[in-house]
Amino acid sequence: MSFEPVIGLEVHAQLLTASKIFCGCSAAFGGEPNTHVCPVCLGLPGALPVLNRAAVDYAIRAALALGCAVHRTSIFARKNYFYPDLPKGYQISQYELPIATAGVVELQSRGEPRRVGIRRVHLEEDAGKSLHEGFVDSDRKTYVDYNRSGVPLIEIVTEPDLRSAADAAEFFSRLRALLVWLGVNDGNMEEGSLRCDANVSVRPQGTTPLGTKAEVKNLNSFRFLQKALEHEIDRQIEVLGGGGRVVQETRLWDSAAGRTVSMRSKEEAHDYRYFPEPDLPPAIVDPEREQRIRAAMPELPEARRRRFVERYALPEYDAGQLTQTRGLAEYFEAVVAGGAPAKAASNWIMGELARALKERNTDITSSPLGPGRLAGLIALIEKGAISGSMAKDVFEKMFATDRAADAIVAAEGLAQIDDESQITGLIAEVIDRNTDAVAQYRGGKTSAFGFLVGQVMRAAAGKANPRRVNDLLKRALDT
Amino acid sequence: MTAEPDDSIAVVATVRDVRDLVRSRARSAVEVCRDALSRIAAVDPHLHAFNTVVADRALARAESIDRDPDRWRDAPLAGVPVALKDNLCTRDVRTTASSRMLESFVPPYDATVVSRLEAAGAVIVGKTNCDEFAMGSSNENSAFGPVHNPWALDRTPGGTSGGSATAVAARLTPVALGSDTGGSIRQPAAMCGVVGLKPTYGRVSRYGLIAHASSLDQIGPLGRTVHDVALTLGVLAGPDPADATSALEPVPDYTAALTGDVRGARIGVPRALVEQGVDAEVSRAVNLALDALKWRGATLVDVDLPHARYAIPVYYLVSTAEASSNLARYDGVRYGFRAGAGRGTANGTHGTAEAVPYEGAPYGAAPCDLKSMYAKTRARGFGPEVKRRIMLGTYVLSAGYYDAYYLKAQQVRTLILRDYEHAFTGTDPVDVIAMPTSPTAAFRIGERAADPLQMYLADVFTVSASLAGLPAISVPCGFTADRLPVGLQLTGRRFDEATLLRVADAYERDTGWSKQLPPILSR
Ligand SMILES: [Zn+2]
Repeated sequence: MSFEPVIGLEVHAQLLTASKIFCGCSAAFGGEPNTHVCPVCLGLPGALPVLNRAAVDYAIRAALALGCAVHRTSIFARKNYFYPDLPKGYQISQYELPIATAGVVELQSRGEPRRVGIRRVHLEEDAGKSLHEGFVDSDRKTYVDYNRSGVPLIEIVTEPDLRSAADAAEFFSRLRALLVWLGVNDGNMEEGSLRCDANVSVRPQGTTPLGTKAEVKNLNSFRFLQKALEHEIDRQIEVLGGGGRVVQETRLWDSAAGRTVSMRSKEEAHDYRYFPEPDLPPAIVDPEREQRIRAAMPELPEARRRRFVERYALPEYDAGQLTQTRGLAEYFEAVVAGGAPAKAASNWIMGELARALKERNTDITSSPLGPGRLAGLIALIEKGAISGSMAKDVFEKMFATDRAADAIVAAEGLAQIDDESQITGLIAEVIDRNTDAVAQYRGGKTSAFGFLVGQVMRAAAGKANPRRVNDLLKRALDT
Repeated sequence: MTAEPDDSIAVVATVRDVRDLVRSRARSAVEVCRDALSRIAAVDPHLHAFNTVVADRALARAESIDRDPDRWRDAPLAGVPVALKDNLCTRDVRTTASSRMLESFVPPYDATVVSRLEAAGAVIVGKTNCDEFAMGSSNENSAFGPVHNPWALDRTPGGTSGGSATAVAARLTPVALGSDTGGSIRQPAAMCGVVGLKPTYGRVSRYGLIAHASSLDQIGPLGRTVHDVALTLGVLAGPDPADATSALEPVPDYTAALTGDVRGARIGVPRALVEQGVDAEVSRAVNLALDALKWRGATLVDVDLPHARYAIPVYYLVSTAEASSNLARYDGVRYGFRAGAGRGTANGTHGTAEAVPYEGAPYGAAPCDLKSMYAKTRARGFGPEVKRRIMLGTYVLSAGYYDAYYLKAQQVRTLILRDYEHAFTGTDPVDVIAMPTSPTAAFRIGERAADPLQMYLADVFTVSASLAGLPAISVPCGFTADRLPVGLQLTGRRFDEATLLRVADAYERDTGWSKQLPPILSR
């Protein structure tokens, strides 16, 4: 019997607000332990939460981009459990009435179009961080850092619409790109600002009832996500194939061992005793506010990709690459706005620039070479002032020194010799000195032409405009 | 028994008197403060109204007021000594909620009401005893021992703000703050013969009040006169950006509302509710009070609050559910008491630049260490009533029981509120609703301790206003044959504390109850 996997994801994304969701502390990552804290995010007796409006706005922006319906009224709820990094003994989250529901994301996976339903988007606070390592007494003690406690999160829950580990990885990657594009999340999985859990089940191919699911946690990279899901799918198929039964449980991905291990069974599952948070009134989002947020939304990647194809006549591939991130797309449009032809701009951005950025381990938004500068370089090439190979040298110098292309060209005498009389003079010298080759060419041995071009370029110390040399040499030899 | 002479400032003076004496510089804030402190030193050993007295801090504060008379010339509480219930956070002053759990807890911040009192010129002299985490009706649940009623030392002062009510009744301070979740200001006010007001939910910021049940808790004043309570409410009330449930409603001049005139006021009496279970002497005192109001020109109207008889069970479902969650933070990890693994209590607050250590790794080597630390800390840190309520509330919220208990209770709560709305805005609308504050006068210490249900019934007349979020006041309305005070409770419309205060004040003007001295002072 063949089995079909059914996967749904729960993604936690930290919102890029300046302050925490229920207090005024900085939400920035890092900082000395327990320095971004106050009575509210430490859960001191008597402290009360006050909702950060910016967090709601960010959540709405994400929800709208995911095609969700934003609710006029949403309710905060307490999720009760004990854990040292949870200072109040409950997490303020949303339960019965989340901020948004019923969205959809469309993507291509394995060449097939796929629609992934978004069940809900809700707002909640992050917990602190337990530090199990790095202290002299870490063998006996755990330390807790509450800087992260109260950082705003959205949880995005998909419908069980994913059908393979690859689908799930592709969806998660698209979702990450979208959240980063929107400016609501920094996409940094290493620092934990984007985290993913998965619900996985398998069922016999062609049947509709869902199998018993396992929740797999700790999927903190694309690679782990895909590997963990592949492993978990195989494990469940093996259990069922051997006549066994999948147990409903929570499993943890153990990346070192390369397998999922049982964390707790359904019987041990927490009863979170959700109830409406009495310290916070309902969050009200009136239609004007939603409209304001919608109007201020950046153009989404898919729309921008289509526009790049239509307006700039870019190939589909180029448009797809250039809309991977908002920074890249904006850079491209700025280069074009600086006068560069679209395809040339695309080639330079995806070629030399991408390579140089990667070498320096940085990204487009912090590129030392601005789009105006790159447009200046492309303009010099376009008007033949420098050759393509020179341009690469100039590019390196621009990247390293932040000088304009024409300044580098002028200062280093890199400008091409484009002047007709100057080139004609060089050609005359070459013809005089290489009578054999000239004779051979005129006798029909066209390969001698390449030799003569090389000689002219050598005489010009590499600076002559090759196209010009080509034309003028041909004219001199053929007459 | 030791007592100061009766002409000391604290015995005769109201908040207004003290304030006027200090403002006119007839008495210094330091003299007033010393007087209060010496009365506390002399009398409180018999009462145990205070958990903590901050004499040095209070005197320093009084001196600073005396040094800068211009600044405090118009301050509404200039130089007035105030006692705070020990569940209100005070920066650098131990705040225990009368629990072992917080015996050594020193908050790094002030509750909003504390800042407001101090901005109005008040001098905080100490923190008053109460039931642990404000759970109880007699003050017997304090981890530090019971409070004794100044009218009869073998009796409770009621609870949970029993220390605050006692401090005012024994003239230790002219005014005190309490908190009221199901009657915790009104019931001890009644039992101690003082005025206590629970404002409308949202009228006073809860920021810095150690939470018992968040949807019910309100801070309010206890004083000897309605005027003092009105004056203090004016200082406390108003929106607070630190409390999302605080209301934006403008704050009127409550003292200006005290016209002494109740002509035309319509006073609802829920006869069916108070027919049974009320002590005959309490009934008699309340009925005489109603007669007095009628004689002054008020109209008595029968009202029906059909769902109020469910208020006790509804209250104990909602409040325990919220409490079970609110008290989860006392886990021994960050502050307060911690039991286990060779360590005693852990002090400290927060804010060190180091991570906070606890013993035992959660998923790692020894998960039991953490769990047993939690269990031992909470087993030893909380008293029996608190544990009982945490268990009740945890049960009420559990999967499979939530709908039957918590949700159902919230639905009945809505019906209780509708009953009140109907009485206030229906075809025969009333301005206030009157009933006894407590079905009995003060009971003996230990009398009900063994029977929690009997104890819960002490709140039968106070919890419904809490569930409905309405303002309610208890004003002294007489004594039993044993010379125990009786209180009249008036409940009003949302944010209409002014009418409550006006009716209570008019009644008070016709009676001398608040001028009576408890035997501990008159002996
Ligand atoms: Zn904070």
